Amino acid sequence: MKNSELLLMKGNEAIGEAAVRGGCRYFFGYPITPQSEVLEYLARRLPEVGGAYVQAESEVSAINMVFGAAAAGARVMTASSSPGISLMQEGISYIASAQLPAVIVNIMRGSPGLGGIQPSQADYFQSTKGGGHGDYRLLVLAPSTVQEMIDHTILAFELAEKYCTPVVVFADGMMGQMMEPVVLPEVEPVPSEKPWATTGMRGRGPNIIHTLHLPPDELEQHCHNLFAKYHQIEANEKRSLAYYTEDAEILVVAYGIVSRVARAAVEQAREAGIKAGLFRPITLWPFPDEALVNVAQKARKVLVVEVSMGQMVEDVRLSINGRLPVEFYGRIGQVPTPGEIFNKISQIIAEVA
Amino acid sequence: MTETVKVYSRPKTLIDRPWHFCPGCHHGIAHRLCAEVIEEMGLQENTVGVGSVGCGVFSYEYFNFDGIGPSHGRAPAVATGVKRVLPDRLVFTYQGDGDLAAIGTTEMVHAAVRGEKITIVFINNTLYGMTGGQLAPTTLMGQVTTTSPYGREAKQAGYPMRVCEMISTLEGAAYVARVALFNPAQVAKAKKSIRRAFETQMQGIGFSMVEILSACPTNWGMAPLEACKHVENNLTSVYPLGEFKVPEGVK
Ligand SMILES: Cc1ncc(C[n+]2csc(CCOP(=O)(O)OP(=O)(O)O)c2C)c(N)n1
Ligand code: SF4
Repeated sequence: MKNSELLLMKGNEAIGEAAVRGGCRYFFGYPITPQSEVLEYLARRLPEVGGAYVQAESEVSAINMVFGAAAAGARVMTASSSPGISLMQEGISYIASAQLPAVIVNIMRGSPGLGGIQPSQADYFQSTKGGGHGDYRLLVLAPSTVQEMIDHTILAFELAEKYCTPVVVFADGMMGQMMEPVVLPEVEPVPSEKPWATTGMRGRGPNIIHTLHLPPDELEQHCHNLFAKYHQIEANEKRSLAYYTEDAEILVVAYGIVSRVARAAVEQAREAGIKAGLFRPITLWPFPDEALVNVAQKARKVLVVEVSMGQMVEDVRLSINGRLPVEFYGRIGQVPTPGEIFNKISQIIAEVA
Repeated sequence: MTETVKVYSRPKTLIDRPWHFCPGCHHGIAHRLCAEVIEEMGLQENTVGVGSVGCGVFSYEYFNFDGIGPSHGRAPAVATGVKRVLPDRLVFTYQGDGDLAAIGTTEMVHAAVRGEKITIVFINNTLYGMTGGQLAPTTLMGQVTTTSPYGREAKQAGYPMRVCEMISTLEGAAYVARVALFNPAQVAKAKKSIRRAFETQMQGIGFSMVEILSACPTNWGMAPLEACKHVENNLTSVYPLGEFKVPEGVK
């Protein structure tokens, strides 16, 4: 990977450029705040590189266009925000079942319903626990900076093709809208072999891509095949970062934009003499459970902070498995400030002291 | 001594496998016509068929070329994705009237609005065959189905949907025709329309659609010949046959 110069970029546009650099030439989407700049960027950029942008008539159509383009062997992406991602759930289930590589970007906004257009992390359950019908999993990457939005978008294409599975880049409206200095990497995407693609036979027998398995044995085997792949993903792809955790008595767990704020709060706590640490999951599925347990060795309490009513906190509790008290602090429609998280840390440390 | 000459054989675009369709069903004829035209146009190696959910769900098990099984109603969106990536391939969908005119109306209309260079082969049998004969948007007035047990009434379920007439108003739609299969002459005409639709696509002219009025003897409760008569006498008056739009290039 060769690096080019430093640029100031908006999160949504950075995702668009990262997709192009990652070899994506096809994008199908529908406008929705706070994600629309991804569409606008790619509508301009893709024709420059010989690709195609299609503005679909709905998110239902967009995800099915993604299905078709992926079946035809292309690197393809869609992007939306919470209500639009809800509409895509049927299509995502089909893409997962058909084992097609595709990248889906969710720039989350407040929900449920039409909700608001402020940042949110309330689609965690939808993306990590199912969302659509049936037994399937999605690989979910949670960047925390505009630079990581770029790096994770490129990584998402690699993982999608490595495992023939849909990958979600999971960010929020604040990250989509904010500008940060970034370095755009010069990537040389390696085209992966896709002997299964429906491209016209051209000298081979027919390739068929479908998701119908009427005989129960066949369907059961299909699900076992999918899960053999998911177990491989669990074994290879769990990603996380830990800060100041070696001696941490209070362990804060946060992902995405919140993890940045939480890091500032943890540093403030350290200055105040509190042994606080931060654990940041980067893959939300597979959830980095062993890594969390390892850094929680010396902890007396865990604090989970999210921009939701508490969703990832359930995976943290499952991982901690009752060995420590796990508390939750959440905000809706706004990212908590370092001061808020610091106050919460101080309060908890006073309780356990 | 007379020499025997083979005048009729299975196209190589059709796998040698018995149909799962009910006796007298027109789906088999429609499949065969698509397969014959693809063979005659020399496109077997360059075709991607996009099926649907309905009695045509297993199209990929019969067609001897690449195939995709999409979700219910979304075939035109899936076909759009394929065609944008592979603009020189023949990409067509094969959809029933529930799939196309109910759940998939949006995808069908907007593929035509964009002038997407795909072909839709639309099987109109006036009801949902696969799920047991329920009311469709195309059900005739007064027609009894399992969910219109008193016959279709306007106050309850509105009026039949004429897809070709509607699609013809769109500039992106280049070739639009309605055909039937109730006698050999109609079958020959249907085949010609499918060919024109595929040619419209391959010449890059625009969106094309062929609606085929088809018999569903099972859910109509009719013998196969009676079902053909029903198409001829009762369907064609509501759904007139003919070419609604023909571009210069394929005349
Ligand atoms: C989302 C969804 N809703 C409902 C169904 C059930 N379903 C399967 S086939 C079908 C109707 C098919 O009727 P039509 O398209 O008219 O085709 P035909 O069987 O008559 O050829 C329905 C409703 C489904 N598979 N998916
Ligand atoms: S139910 Fe109707 S449409 Fe379906 S196979 Fe039987 S006759 Fe054909």
